[in-house]
Amino acid sequence: MSPHGNPEVPASSASEVIRGAEQVPSGAPTPEAAATETKAAATTPASENQVPSIQPAVNHADRGAWGLWEVFVRSSRGLSHVHAGSLHAPDAAMALRNARDLYTRRNEGVSIWVVPADAIAASDPDAKGSFFESPQGKDYRHATYYTKSEGVKHL
Amino acid sequence: MAAQNLQSVPAELSPEDEAAGQANFDRVMAEDSRIEPKDWMPAAYRKTLLRQISQHAHSEIIGMQPEANWISRAPSLKRKAILMAKVQDEAGHGLYLYSAAETLGQTRDKMMEDLIAGKARYSSIFNYPALTWADMGAIGWLVDGAAICNQVPLCRASYGPYGRAMVRICKEESFHQRQGFEILLELSNGTPEQKQMAQDAVNRWYAPALMMFGPPDDDSPNSKQSMAWNIKRFSNDELRSRFVGMMVEQVRVLGLTLPDDQVRFNEDTRKWEHGPLDWHEFQEVLAGRGPCNAQRLERRREAHDDGAWVREAAAAYAAKQQAKQSMTTKEYAA
Ligand SMILES: [Fe+2]
Ligand SMILES: [Fe+2]
Repeated sequence: MSPHGNPEVPASSASEVIRGAEQVPSGAPTPEAAATETKAAATTPASENQVPSIQPAVNHADRGAWGLWEVFVRSSRGLSHVHAGSLHAPDAAMALRNARDLYTRRNEGVSIWVVPADAIAASDPDAKGSFFESPQGKDYRHATYYTKSEGVKHL
Repeated sequence: MAAQNLQSVPAELSPEDEAAGQANFDRVMAEDSRIEPKDWMPAAYRKTLLRQISQHAHSEIIGMQPEANWISRAPSLKRKAILMAKVQDEAGHGLYLYSAAETLGQTRDKMMEDLIAGKARYSSIFNYPALTWADMGAIGWLVDGAAICNQVPLCRASYGPYGRAMVRICKEESFHQRQGFEILLELSNGTPEQKQMAQDAVNRWYAPALMMFGPPDDDSPNSKQSMAWNIKRFSNDELRSRFVGMMVEQVRVLGLTLPDDQVRFNEDTRKWEHGPLDWHEFQEVLAGRGPCNAQRLERRREAHDDGAWVREAAAAYAAKQQAKQSMTTKEYAA
């Protein structure tokens, strides 16, 4: 018993998560079973003439069985989904339910996308100079470049 | 061009790339811009952030306990619902912060392991017991209040994922402080016994709440570096002084008093001052010898173990579904 005489309350959130299974939208994206795949690969004896497989950038086996998902929330109709954060879940259905509980407790969204984190390809920040085209000398891509029409109405 | 994952993993770099990374980092600091996970960052910056963010996450998670203990005995259904919503928010805060820490290359499982093994630190405040219902008021008003004071400047922390997590957290914290204030106000306007209970709770939580800002500035060696890195924006004493000023105003509305007869506004420094704090006690609690340290860790361990079957079952179910799906795919292919 605790010093202040409080009975400890079991705080498992498991029932919260399981409730509402029928609300899982159909057509949810299929998760890459990165965790299980990586684990299987690790236990398969390496063979010399094995075809090299593509490895995920981050070894999901390190994270236990629950992979990492990125969460995108549409805050209201007419707007794009915007990245809200990430979470761990064993599959897409649980990822969606966890995302609802974690990122939309106060009506922050009307729609959620969850994406396996390692399914996202991102540009390399080190390659910034070469990857993003220089705007130098390309003023003509902006309306402000064209000054001759100044004073002409509705143009 | 290689596709990059979203996590930051320190890599061996050539001296030239290392120098370019440092130059970019310095420029970001000078411009007060943001560092993102895939950017080069000094090893010490990464380590400091990882320590700070994971300790912060642990604090949110352990911080659920003193209040969760009172959910079953909240005085009304409304108060019960409010307290449950607050405790759920704290769980969410922990998860936002673990996610932010993960972008630095540490797994959440490892951080949890460290917490359960007693290797990680968390805010000393949560090692004090919540003795009466009035403590729910004092915790919300003083503890969440101090947390807000600390956290608002962290929304501008130089590490992007940390700042974004803090923005989300700060939005939710103001309800926490207000519900605590209301609990105290109601008790203060109740029977003399109820008012006394409120005053007693304020008396016990005041000093520990002031110590949440950390040791005095001349005894806080890491603060300078954190400020140079734009992680920390104001010193511990500065934030503490601001907090005292706010409490002085608010305690009057409550009709209660602060247990500190040395609180005063220094006209010369234009800062609020308070009485001496017991920094020995602070160090003791931090070192694991506080009134509830053992109990808090034990409870966390229990919850982790009790939840093991859920994690395993969910993973097994996912694997089974996955296997079924690949069978169907093969059938289609054939
Ligand atoms: Fe919190
Ligand atoms: Fe809070």
